[in-house]
Amino acid sequence: MTAKVHLDRAHGVHLLREMLRIRRFEEKCAELYQAQKIRGFLHLYDGQEAVAVGVMQALGPQDAVVGTYREHGQAIARGIPMGPLMAEMFGKVEGCCRGRGGSMHIFDRQRRFIGGNAIVGAGLPLALGLALANRMQGRKAMIACFFGEGAADEGEFHESMNLASLWRLPVLFVCENNLYSMGTPVGIAEAETAIWQKAAAYRMGGEAVDGMDPVAVEVAARRAVERIREDGVPWLLECRTYRFRAHSMFDAQLYRTKEEVESWRKRDPINRLREWLEKAGHLHPADLERIEADVVAEIAEAVAFAEAGSPEPVEELERFVTMDEVPQ
Amino acid sequence: MSGVPARITYREACRQAIRAAILADPRVFLMGEDVGRYGGCYAVTKGLLEELGEERIRDTPLSESAFVGAGIGAAMAGMRPIVEVMTCNFSLLALDQIVNNAATIPHMSGGQFAVPLVLRMATGAGRQLAAQHSHSLEGWFAHIPGLRILAPATVEDARHMLAPALADPNPVLIFEHIMLYNMEGELDPAVQGVDIAKARIRRPGRDVTLITYGGSLFKTLAAADALAVEGIQAEVIDLRVLRPLDTATIIESITRTRRVVIVDEGWRSGSLSAEVAMRIVEEAFFELDAPIRRVCSREVPIPYAAHLEQAALPQAEAIAAAARGLVRPAR
Ligand SMILES: Cc1ncc(C[n+]2csc(CCOP(=O)(O)OP(=O)(O)O)c2C)c(N)n1
Repeated sequence: MTAKVHLDRAHGVHLLREMLRIRRFEEKCAELYQAQKIRGFLHLYDGQEAVAVGVMQALGPQDAVVGTYREHGQAIARGIPMGPLMAEMFGKVEGCCRGRGGSMHIFDRQRRFIGGNAIVGAGLPLALGLALANRMQGRKAMIACFFGEGAADEGEFHESMNLASLWRLPVLFVCENNLYSMGTPVGIAEAETAIWQKAAAYRMGGEAVDGMDPVAVEVAARRAVERIREDGVPWLLECRTYRFRAHSMFDAQLYRTKEEVESWRKRDPINRLREWLEKAGHLHPADLERIEADVVAEIAEAVAFAEAGSPEPVEELERFVTMDEVPQ
Repeated sequence: MSGVPARITYREACRQAIRAAILADPRVFLMGEDVGRYGGCYAVTKGLLEELGEERIRDTPLSESAFVGAGIGAAMAGMRPIVEVMTCNFSLLALDQIVNNAATIPHMSGGQFAVPLVLRMATGAGRQLAAQHSHSLEGWFAHIPGLRILAPATVEDARHMLAPALADPNPVLIFEHIMLYNMEGELDPAVQGVDIAKARIRRPGRDVTLITYGGSLFKTLAAADALAVEGIQAEVIDLRVLRPLDTATIIESITRTRRVVIVDEGWRSGSLSAEVAMRIVEEAFFELDAPIRRVCSREVPIPYAAHLEQAALPQAEAIAAAARGLVRPAR
């Protein structure tokens, strides 16, 4: 595989479609949250779509993904079907985790999506172990581990960077720096706000990339993945991005101005790619209409699937607290 | 191998268990702080690095959260890691990984992932190591659904509990009491394995049941010896497994003896001893002829000075006194 990305029509449209799938899916989630079909915490990825979509292009099916609690985008870009995803948020047994995890805890064994983790930073050590197991079992695969810049405040981030580099574990650390950890701007939480530079202290390679540009993210991710596969060493990729919406559904956004949000919206990754494709003559209004219609239909089907789903019988409440066997 | 029971130390039994597990299964490896070059902070793993190599005996940095979490990840991806945390006092730095990841992921993922991880750690007091090295936190972990908690007290359990723990698809925490490592015991070669589900009656008796585990077992047996001299036959139960509790063995004993003392090096408040007592109350209240008594550590951070440390811990005399008070109440 080459780190070069041939942005031909098909690939450009693919990236656009993937981002649109995430955006529209989450618009529906927000709507369903208002309708109280979805409850609990709901963290939307609105604005950050280019990160997950760009990174996933560089991974193969043998690789695994460790996500955050803001992981719908990561899950969709990884190929988890929307039906089980939506059913999970509806708390139905047809959900990918039988409705036990909800929005923040998406797992999909088949697609090697290892959560969905709502403890900031707690996915990083898991990624080390997944990578170590691959190495010890002679599997040529790597782990992409997503986390926000808030996780860089945590000790687990530093422990994990050190151990990954020390043991040369094939992990792509993807920091989605959206400038805020809930309401805390990165500048009042981090002495060094350029997260990627922390890699150097662990003798690890790293780079920052425009996280509002899926092509830039994909290029950087492919470059990183190529190095990881070749040298077997980890890499820290900081994607500079922004979430357009509230942290969760309970956030009055007192910590930032409308103007700031508006200025970032001008860099909306979907609009930017769409405009570029249109200018290059790769995307015609009819194409876009067709994509949008496909996405709407896919989401409608997912919602119908979730609606038609059933609650897990309460008799099964304690099932899987302990496992009878290790799933293969 | 000869068929004659060998006398070995608890430490040696732990070491043999780890060595045998690694030799038996290519998925098994050990990692932790100073398990390799140093030979283990309690010398349990001495010589294993030289014999088994760096792949299988992995010295880690002082990063409890990262290497415990890595053990969880490796277990989810098909390995069978044994992770050693030097003592349970330091396991608090990995509490998040143990409680929020290892114990939750199987259920939270709807059964898609198991975490077949073994976590070993030292526990308990008695070496004047002061408060930050002497606590008994196994009762805390026994609060958490999804974990199996083992407390081997004998050489046989130290030697044989590891294999079934590794075969368990769930995270298993093994607490090794620091005062047991030097203890010698007989290892019967005829015994090829033990269960990790049941409590054991270590000494039968009809007058009172003494329930304990881990480092307190031998103090409790000593108390039973002293009571026997006075004509009181105490039955001693070694819980062995702190979660899930083998309530059946406890209730069966109590329906015979009708009196019970619970001995726990953990603190009394909100403790494992409280849980055991409550199970008895729930299931066998009317079988009791006397109130339940407990002998626990005093509610202080375990102090350094020898006399204070000993005063803080359950002792054989206090256990015997509690039992005596139940069997022959002062009039
Ligand atoms: C260990 C821990 N501390 C605090 C929280 C509460 N919390 C949830 S999300 C969040 C902000 C994290 O910010 P960041 O890592 O930048 O990710 P983002 O939400 O911006 O995607 C906090 C503090 C938590 N879930 N886990």
